[in-house]
This record gives sequence, structure tokens and C-alpha cells, in this order.
Amino acid sequence: MIKSILAYPLQFIVFVLFQVLILNNIQLGGTVNPFLYILFILWLPIELNKVLVMGIAFVLGLSIDVFTDTMGMHASACVFLAFARPSLLNILAPRDGYELNVPPTAGALGWFWFLRYAAIGILLHHSFLFFVEVFRFSEFFDTVGRILASSLFSLVLISLAQVFSSNTEDRR
Amino acid sequence: MRNLIAFLRKYSFFFLFLGVEVLAFYLIFKNNHFQGSSFLNSTNALTGGIYTKYANIADYVHLKEVNDALSDENRRLRENQLQSYDRIFGENIMVDDTLYKKKYLYTKARVINNSTHRQNNYLTLSIGQNNGIENGMGVIGPNGVVGVVKNVSPNYASVLSVLHRESKISVKLKKSQYFGSMQWDGENYRMIGLKDIPNHVDLTEGDTVVTSGYSSIFPKGLHTAVIKTFEVPEGENFYKIKMQLLNDFRQLTYVYVLKNITSTEVQELEAGREEGDD
Repeated sequence: MIKSILAYPLQFIVFVLFQVLILNNIQLGGTVNPFLYILFILWLPIELNKVLVMGIAFVLGLSIDVFTDTMGMHASACVFLAFARPSLLNILAPRDGYELNVPPTAGALGWFWFLRYAAIGILLHHSFLFFVEVFRFSEFFDTVGRILASSLFSLVLISLAQVFSSNTEDRR
Repeated sequence: MRNLIAFLRKYSFFFLFLGVEVLAFYLIFKNNHFQGSSFLNSTNALTGGIYTKYANIADYVHLKEVNDALSDENRRLRENQLQSYDRIFGENIMVDDTLYKKKYLYTKARVINNSTHRQNNYLTLSIGQNNGIENGMGVIGPNGVVGVVKNVSPNYASVLSVLHRESKISVKLKKSQYFGSMQWDGENYRMIGLKDIPNHVDLTEGDTVVTSGYSSIFPKGLHTAVIKTFEVPEGENFYKIKMQLLNDFRQLTYVYVLKNITSTEVQELEAGREEGDD
């Protein structure tokens, strides 16, 4: 338990640096950009106080914003994801509810569960982010196209990250 | 009253969400101002430092392209030097150099962070107040306009890129001297729009577009883009023009920040004119 409490801040820093230094330099076709860092919010323990999750999400988004000069943009999208997460977890809950201390990962709850969880979470976050970024509905389908393309890219990366982390979990 | 409290308690999480979103949007709007300066951006010591370290490593990857671009620029500059010209009428014409007055000072800067994929793009430079950089200075690359300095800290500067939807640069057609404004539509980072060119002007694909020099941020006649496509939308008096930027924004590594020595004089004059109109 203590170990995992120490692991989260480290994970936080790694996610932020990986996002701003590596992923923000990767763009397919000019405008498609993956956002892996929201996996940090998705991976937070299910039982964690939702107000605390929202606070963490705000700080996480703000950290990305500071690097990319998009003050408040990622923060607002992350807070939206944190707001939607409890409902999302509820909808996807197994019939008997979640067992205590089960992490929201593919290793613990299965790939089918995790892919749905991640895909919906990514879509919510990206939709919010991209619409806040353009701040208009006039080029609606153009924006929706970019949301879908980026979401797909993010989902692939998040699944890959999940595969690698499951491997290290098994080895322990 | 009890119902109200119960209602608030039931939806407390939602209200918290609204509260935090209001805070986030406050940040977005506060920082959207062109001149709005704040501590929380990529020019502070922590983020700037991390970007510099990263740029130190990543620069090696682009050395070849950067060298190409720099030597190409050198070639162009050499071509324009007086030694490369021959006097047309022997000794009959005297060139009096002192008639020219220096207007712009150049400071070289390294780009340590850059983006092209967002709707509103910024660059971060490795120089700041300590190098004499101020808000509102122009930034040019090897091939024309790059942007305008928006934010400076002691050691770093943040630049509003041309690839920003709110960024407008005054330009003109090199051939016919008609002027318009250059503005990005957020689609392709190599292409940019040109507005306000009346439909009676003769255009051809490949026409060069240069800076107009009206804003005094950029010198006059800087080659910036070439026209790719143009059309007149039905019922309108102005062309809809798409141009290709000469700078490849993905490859920008070294840029120059311009200081206009005469700008205060122009600004004072123009401010006085507005007061006089009242």
C-alpha cells in the first residue's frame, strides 16, 4: 500500500514528461495528436474519493497546460473526465459490483471491460478538449473528425501502455 | 429550506465540478489576451529549463537540415552583398551609404519548444529579458515571418506563431503591391490564408507575398509565402487565397528576434494622431 502511494507521484511526473517531450512531437497528418497522460486518471483506484480525483485531475491538466501554453484547456478537460468517471465506473460495473481494492486495469477486470472504459473516457476527454480549443461549433464535422482520429490514436497507445504494465505486474 | 439543503447536498459533486470548470475557464480567458503575462507558462524557469535540456539532445537529430538552411541563407545574403554587384556606369554613380539609417536590430535565438498541430500554436525561445527581448517584438526565420513575442521571462520568451488563429500579419503582393492580411485557418501547417485582396487584381499561381512593413514589427519586403490557389466566392469582392508558407515550421531551430529602433517614434506619432481626432 505504502509502495503504491509512493508510486503515484512518480507515475504522475513520468506521464507529464512523456506527454510534453515525446508525444506532443508526434502528429499524424498534421493535426492528430495522442494524449496518453489521461491514463493516470483512468488508473486511479476505484474507491478513491471522487473529490480528490477531481483535484488530482485539475493539477494534472494544469501541469500539461503549463508546458504547452494552453492555460486551463487541459485542466478543464481533465476535470470533466474526473466528473464523468464515477458514472462511467457505475455503468460498466460487474453485476455484483467491484471487489474491494481492485485496480481499474485490464489485468484485474479483463480486456473487454478495460477497452470500453478507456474508449469512453478518451472520447469524453478529447471531445471536451478539442471543442474548448476551437471554441466554436461552426466547423463541427471537421472537429469531430479530429476528435475521432486522435481518440483512436490515444486508445492504441493506452492499450499498449496497459500491455506493458500488465507484463511487469505478472512478473512480480 | 430543508429541501434546498438536500438538493445542494445531493448534487454537491456536480456543483464542485461546475466550480472547478469555472476556475479552469477563467484561466483560459485570462491567458488568451495577446499581452497577458503570467507566471504559469512555458517561459518560467522550470518548464523552460526542461525544454532547454530536451532541445540540447534533440538538436543533434536535426543538425543536417539546420546546416542546410543556414548555408542556404548565407548564400542568399552573400548574393545581396555589395561585392556581388557591379556598378553599371563605371565610376559615374556614387553610392552614399550614410544616407541609410539602421532600423532593425537582430538577435539570434534558438527554438526550444514548438508546435504545429494545435489550432493556436506557440514557440518558446531560449532568450528573454536578459537578452533585451520585449513583448511585441517580431520573430523571423530563414524564410520569412515566424510570429510575435507574446511573453518574456528573464531567460525565455514565448512567441505567438503565425500558425495561431488570432494572429494576423499585414502582407502585400510583391508584384502589384496590393496589401492584405495573412491568417491561418488551423488546417495544414504549410498553408495559410490571405484576405482582403480585391477581385480585380491579377493573380497567378506562384506569386510571391512579402511583408508590408505597415506594422513596423517586421521589415518591409520579407519573402514569406507563395500563392497556391485562389478563387472569388460568388457575390464577393475579395479573393479567397491559399498560400504556402516558405518557412517549414516543423524544422525551425534558429530564428531572429527583431528590435525596431524607430518604433517608439512611430507609436508616439500615431498615438498623438488619435488624440487629435477627438
